Amino acid sequence: MKYADEFRDPALAKKVLARIDETLARMPMPEGRPLHVMEVCGGHTHSIFRYGLQKLVPDSIEFVHGPGCPVCVLPMGRVDDCVTLAEHPGVIFTTFGDAMRVPGSRGSLLDAKARGADVRMVYSPLDALELARGNPDREVVFFALGFETTMPSTALTLLQAADEGIGNFSMLCQHITIIPTLKALLSDPHCLIDGFIGPGHVSMVIGNAGYRFIPERHGKPFVVAGFEPLDLLQSLWMVLAQLAGGRAAVENQYARVVPEDGNPAALRAIAEVYEDRESCDWRGLGAIDRSGVRIRAAYADLDAERRFGLVPADVADPEICQCGEVVRGRLKPFQCRAFGRECTPATPLGALMVSSEGACAAYHQYGATDGATDRGASDRSATDRGAPARG
Amino acid sequence: MCLGIPGRITEIIDADRFLAWVEVSGVRRKVNVTCVAEPGRLDDLVGAWVLLHVGFAMSVIDEAEAARTLEVLDALGEVQDELAAMRESARP
Ligand code: SF4
Repeated sequence: MKYADEFRDPALAKKVLARIDETLARMPMPEGRPLHVMEVCGGHTHSIFRYGLQKLVPDSIEFVHGPGCPVCVLPMGRVDDCVTLAEHPGVIFTTFGDAMRVPGSRGSLLDAKARGADVRMVYSPLDALELARGNPDREVVFFALGFETTMPSTALTLLQAADEGIGNFSMLCQHITIIPTLKALLSDPHCLIDGFIGPGHVSMVIGNAGYRFIPERHGKPFVVAGFEPLDLLQSLWMVLAQLAGGRAAVENQYARVVPEDGNPAALRAIAEVYEDRESCDWRGLGAIDRSGVRIRAAYADLDAERRFGLVPADVADPEICQCGEVVRGRLKPFQCRAFGRECTPATPLGALMVSSEGACAAYHQYGATDGATDRGASDRSATDRGAPARG
Repeated sequence: MCLGIPGRITEIIDADRFLAWVEVSGVRRKVNVTCVAEPGRLDDLVGAWVLLHVGFAMSVIDEAEAARTLEVLDALGEVQDELAAMRESARP
């Protein structure tokens, strides 16, 4: 078996897989479809593909890849906002590398750079701040992107800038939050998700209490998981054990990193700098109430939106894209009509094809080469599963 | 950007700004330790393994956890990407 050479402890993996089999045998299964377990986080999606976990687990379980990759849900209009700021005279526009290739209606940030804009990839918002210190005659804008995992770092950077009175630094805030997104997914009457593998690093910041509505109101298990393949298998088993026992709860498989109450210093910084936006746009999912944050008025000078009088662009996804269906778990990437044709990693239409954590890029990368992916990425056609009906 | 990479705190640079040197797979990087520090006891962090997210230490982990996490990141092809991003950061 393949896992023998991939797992640090193959014997343990075998044991967990045996437990999964045993639990499956004594639990109620959904009628006419596999059990759907959604891994919310893009990092988990990446791990699942890399280790071929879908192939290791029984056919009656299907991983549904969730919306938890901030680059993948970046709407085209927001990319246009970035390009607008990047092309503003005197601006150095800084961003995490992943966001550079996401297409907007006027191309990506990389295209803007090729046209002459000063766009720079940074590893950390601290590096953007350093650029501002070193270039007092330029305006340095940082694109603050991500879920709660990166929010503390941008908040602390902004506080540092405020503290030092750095006058030429600002942030374009595109932070999004996981709980409203899960609420939106679960309130969809077509939602056929039976249980969740929860995000490890978001939870490290926010803690676990916020997820309780999922078991309490929707009756679905939610297990916060680590990123090792064994973590994911164990978490899957914990989801199944809850279903088999007829219970639903928030459980923490990743307690070695995720404290129940999150990280207090990080939460303080977030609360100091950010407040909810009434609504935030998601690629493929549309607008979701209170699913994003903006910079508080007290830090207006450091808010690029206010500083540059930015009017946010509103751009519809290209007609052919089915990113929304994929993000909701209703379509597998290869069932999108653009997959591998109009949309490839070299010519991405949607952000899911850009980031290594995007489901479409993962299918393209692993599906095409060794089949160690979701079973069937190669052996199922786009039509034989009555795709939209699955939602 | 979403996966944390383990590193080891080697020195506190600036206690007021919560800045420390962290070594990540042989690369030295300035890191903010606000989220893992107890005020006034920054020196206790020297030698500790931490999970780094975009230049911020977000969690103290033990050495075995650090080694396992590096192994997974290596398999995912993320270690080289992160180190490259650290090295190339902010270049025009
Ligand atoms: S293949 Fe391209 S267009 Fe289709 S869902 Fe994936 S990223 Fe979107």
